[in-house]
Amino acid sequence: MVSTRPNARKVPAVEVEDLVVTYGGLRAVDGLSIEAFHGEVFTLLGPNGAGKTTAVETLEGYRRPESGHVRVLGMNPLSDRATLSRRIGVMLQQGGVYPAMNAMEALSLFAAYYDKPADVSSLIKTLRLDDVSHTQWRRLSGGEQQRLSLALALVGNPDVLFLDEPTAGVDPEGRLAVRKVIRELRESGKCIIMTTHELSEADLLSDRVAILSHGHKIASGTPAEIRSLARASETTGAPRHSMSLRVGGVLDHGELAGVLGLQVTQQARSGEYLVDGPVTPSVITRLASWLEDRGLLLEELRIATRTLEDAYLEITSTTNQVASSQVTGGTAGTARGSVRKGIHR
Amino acid sequence: MTLRRGESVLVTIGIPVMLLLFFGTVHVLPTGAGRPIDFLAPGVLALAVMSTSMVSLGIATGFERSYGVLKRLGSTPLGRSRLLAAKTVAILSVEVVQVLVIAPVAIGLGWRPHGDAAVGVLAVLLATAGFAGIGLAFAGSMRAELTLAAVNGLYLVFLLLGGMVLTLSKLPHLLDGIARLLPAAALSSVLRHSLGVSQGSSLHAWLVLAAWGVLAPAVATLTFHWQPS
Repeated sequence: MVSTRPNARKVPAVEVEDLVVTYGGLRAVDGLSIEAFHGEVFTLLGPNGAGKTTAVETLEGYRRPESGHVRVLGMNPLSDRATLSRRIGVMLQQGGVYPAMNAMEALSLFAAYYDKPADVSSLIKTLRLDDVSHTQWRRLSGGEQQRLSLALALVGNPDVLFLDEPTAGVDPEGRLAVRKVIRELRESGKCIIMTTHELSEADLLSDRVAILSHGHKIASGTPAEIRSLARASETTGAPRHSMSLRVGGVLDHGELAGVLGLQVTQQARSGEYLVDGPVTPSVITRLASWLEDRGLLLEELRIATRTLEDAYLEITSTTNQVASSQVTGGTAGTARGSVRKGIHR
Repeated sequence: MTLRRGESVLVTIGIPVMLLLFFGTVHVLPTGAGRPIDFLAPGVLALAVMSTSMVSLGIATGFERSYGVLKRLGSTPLGRSRLLAAKTVAILSVEVVQVLVIAPVAIGLGWRPHGDAAVGVLAVLLATAGFAGIGLAFAGSMRAELTLAAVNGLYLVFLLLGGMVLTLSKLPHLLDGIARLLPAAALSSVLRHSLGVSQGSSLHAWLVLAAWGVLAPAVATLTFHWQPS
């Protein structure tokens, strides 16, 4: 069991196929397909409003799919709710506890709903809630509330866990505790579906990631796959993606764009310009000679690496879905550079 | 949980007992013919039932919904039927406590109940269903703060138009007509007849109680949203 890795078993714990969920006329999830397995942390990554929570809430049985299929442990979250609710653990994005209840009471109450609950006092210890186990929910810090929510998700000894933004608002020490718990759950063969809008969190914990934007899956793969794409582009000397320059004067950036064959935009500060596109040696030569002809002094030149985070922000903030095939297809058209926030441990 | 909230104890037990003590000793209200306590005691019992099943339940459920407690419970094996059963048991338990507190106070003030207690229990059960339906209809469709305001407002209206501490015969004709269609007046009338001086109660009051007892929960079921609005 310890060696259970992604795809090691044939049967996925969680299956989503062509899922469409609409509400208020909005297609919050639009054609999503994912599979997650036992012993795996699968992360839905994306900005607020990308459809992560809607997708997870459909798996939890809170929302009815407009079309498509959803299966958790082979069961339908809506029609098999009574059976399935004994085997899943849910951590909502916020709230869900009586404000006047303390951690011990809330955990004991929830434990009573399950046939074979976890030991409440050891859960409190694991999630470092010992000092506040008799503090009312409303007096807990945001991080303590998050850790209690995670404990409540674990109290039924579930096989599949849905964690919506599990580390949001959690202090650094609490994050370590949460990450440790999540890794242990994976080692014990649980399937963990997590959402986050933080790239670093996704990279630290996930076996596989799907990036969502406007309800679509625009990229997916292991963090390592994505990073290896990034490293490849650095070591093979593939052209960098942009450069910024500052000159001692004003230049005609339209004309420069023509000379370089690239897009040039004027920045907010005077004398600063951004050149967008592959920065080849020939581009540098042409820039230098063009400036020499006009007697302009180059005060600063920076050649920027397009990071995964940049790509992620760009992809997820645009409604243009063309990016989908490019990234998922592995051409790495926009996914160059290193993961700025994620890879340090 | 109900008895842990101070405001809930006040509205379900404190206020009815205070009203009973005050108007039972200071005879300022037009209570109609007969001894005031024979009018007041059943009325205050009706008020107590209303405060538990409509006000307390409505407000608590409204806030449970807004805190996401109902949503969170929705993913546990608890299920809707067991949650509803638990709430029903909680309400009936509080009502038993209310009777155990209010009845001795009323008897101490000279109330001598006679008649059929079983009829009274049946009326209380029907009224509880009706009041709970009203409270939950607000709790399941409005924000918690609006539910709080609405059921408290309704509490006051029902207190005044419910024949609980003042007799309906003193009301203007139109208000009297409206009041007789409300569950509050129907309950206090049935309780007054079944526990008090006059025997046999009006069919009209029973019909009103039954209608609210069926229709209000039906409306609540149709309009109830489990997730916070």
